[in-house]
Amino acid sequence: MQDDPVIRVISKVMIPTVMLFALYVQFHGDYGPGGGFQAGVIFASAFVLNAMIFGLNRGRHVWPAHLNLLAICAGVLLYGLTGVASLFLGANYLDYDVLGATAKSGQHIGILLVEFGVGLTVASVMVALFFTFAGRPTHVRLLSKMQAHEGARPPAPKDEAKSEAKTKATKDNKTGAHK
Amino acid sequence: MMQHLPVLQVLLPLLGAPCAALLRGRDMAWGLALLLTGAAFLISAVLFGLQYNAGEALIYDLGGWPAPLGIVYVIDAASALVLPVVSGIAFVATIAARRLVEAEIDARDHALFYAAWLLTIAGMLGQVTTGDAFNIFVFLEISSLSAYALVAMGAGRDRRALPAAFNYLILGTVGATFYVIGIGLLYMLTGTLNLTDLAERLAEVESTRASFTALAFIALGLFLKMALFPLHFWLVPAYAHAPSAVSALMAATATKVSVYVLIRLMFGVFGVEFNGLADAIGLLILTLGITGAFAGTLAAILETDLKKLFAQSSIAQLGYMAIGIGAMSMTGLAAAFIHLFNHALMKGALFLAIGAIAAQAGRVSMQSIEGAGRQIPVTMTAILVGGLALIGVPLTAGFISKVYLVRALLEQNFWLLAGLTFISSALALAYVWKIIEAAWLKERPENAPALIETPVHYVPAWLMVFATIGFGIFAGPLVDAAYAAAAVFIGGPS
Repeated sequence: MQDDPVIRVISKVMIPTVMLFALYVQFHGDYGPGGGFQAGVIFASAFVLNAMIFGLNRGRHVWPAHLNLLAICAGVLLYGLTGVASLFLGANYLDYDVLGATAKSGQHIGILLVEFGVGLTVASVMVALFFTFAGRPTHVRLLSKMQAHEGARPPAPKDEAKSEAKTKATKDNKTGAHK
Repeated sequence: MMQHLPVLQVLLPLLGAPCAALLRGRDMAWGLALLLTGAAFLISAVLFGLQYNAGEALIYDLGGWPAPLGIVYVIDAASALVLPVVSGIAFVATIAARRLVEAEIDARDHALFYAAWLLTIAGMLGQVTTGDAFNIFVFLEISSLSAYALVAMGAGRDRRALPAAFNYLILGTVGATFYVIGIGLLYMLTGTLNLTDLAERLAEVESTRASFTALAFIALGLFLKMALFPLHFWLVPAYAHAPSAVSALMAATATKVSVYVLIRLMFGVFGVEFNGLADAIGLLILTLGITGAFAGTLAAILETDLKKLFAQSSIAQLGYMAIGIGAMSMTGLAAAFIHLFNHALMKGALFLAIGAIAAQAGRVSMQSIEGAGRQIPVTMTAILVGGLALIGVPLTAGFISKVYLVRALLEQNFWLLAGLTFISSALALAYVWKIIEAAWLKERPENAPALIETPVHYVPAWLMVFATIGFGIFAGPLVDAAYAAAAVFIGGPS
């Protein structure tokens, strides 16, 4: 799909916008509708879009699996440790009153941190789900088996030739534009 | 720090899980799990002591929000009794897990395995600790979801773990959904989720159709979760094909926690007087319980795979717990608590011992243990003692369970049921005898693989066996604690 200039350009505009909107939903969640869950899903959708357009491999390259695992765990830990911080400040677990100078600012800081933890974990879990299902080896094997079973028509070479021609065309376009 | 123990009980394994998932290197994640389950066991023992001395419920307000508004953790006589069971078994199972997991699970998955392991323990401890109906659901899902993953991890050795985990997933989710539908109805009726508050407000609206429906949904959901006959079909394959360490942990704790939640909801929220609950539901539970006891025992007799055999016997034992609940009396509930405690110890011992064999021999069938009594006497003796305890032989914990169960039934003049309970217990002798016959009376076949045992193999199982015998001989403190736990729900101030 990355060969289609329309999709490429639109996605280049959309992906940062989606991410920015996710951050808005995340941090404005204190005052308006929103919060970690919604923001996390929106943020993850940027990665999903990226992987759908530029392919799974490049998608994985942008956000590798071990970083994703780290992010999943970090979000949960951020949530939990915010609660533990109030334990150490002498209040009950998850009592945010003591985190700030006043009870109100304390609650604000607490909610902000906790919701960020939620957002981080939700986003990275969504990405993990997408890559797990999209890249399932058995799934690919099953598909190729089914195609082999259908047999008669040879779909692959024709399509490839087409897409190659397209790539060339776009390349030509590009170079033309540059000139 | 002492006042924070109720939350630390749940928090340590819960936050340990993401840490374990990130740890790399041999045994690191296991070490963390061992440390945290050990700490959890210690905390629950201290909580038991604190609660006993205080004589009343210890209440912890999460986030500093007091009871009806916020979520509270409540340590009363009942939760203080169940917590050490869960955390103690978790600790011993973690000790054994090192070898079992190394033998059965791919090294790359160890960190994730222990993450799920800690999560499921945190979920179970949370269900017992919390005093909030919806919070119970959250912890139920935490423990169940990670349990599905744990069962599915058996797939590396036994592909049948995958369909088993899938069935468990579907039925477990149905159970959890039913529970949450019931809670939703209660919330609609009363506007509260706090269990104490719920009990008070429910009294005002108890004759509405919605409250009946709520009870039906909650009870059915929890019957499914505790694998009460005839909703037990997920249990046997899940326990049989899961990794051995997981079988041990889950067989000993998972269904017990659901039994506890059922008691808490049925008696603590709806109450015995709820619209003649005692008559209708009591009769239903008694019938299902005794049928389950027979069905489980008979199925166990026909089974040749040892893990499946003891999973079937779990169905029977859960039937006995249900009989205790169904008696709807103080003694009945106390008997249910006693059996919950004792059965956890016995099944822990049995599945740990079987796991030690399974890690070497793969599938543990009657054929593969032929003559094993002479080759690995210590491990097989652990299985034997566990089996005798299941029957209810004196000097084992199982005897105490049966005594109080029968006493509860006789108190209510359920003579027939008491007789049936006795018969089904005696039937258990048949499957224990099958094991004795295979392990001791038959020669080890020439071509059978040699089994070995070292203290590493049998010490975890024997810890449980000693506990089984210990609580069989010195049952006094346990019985007192169980009566105190029953008093939380029935008759008299707690």
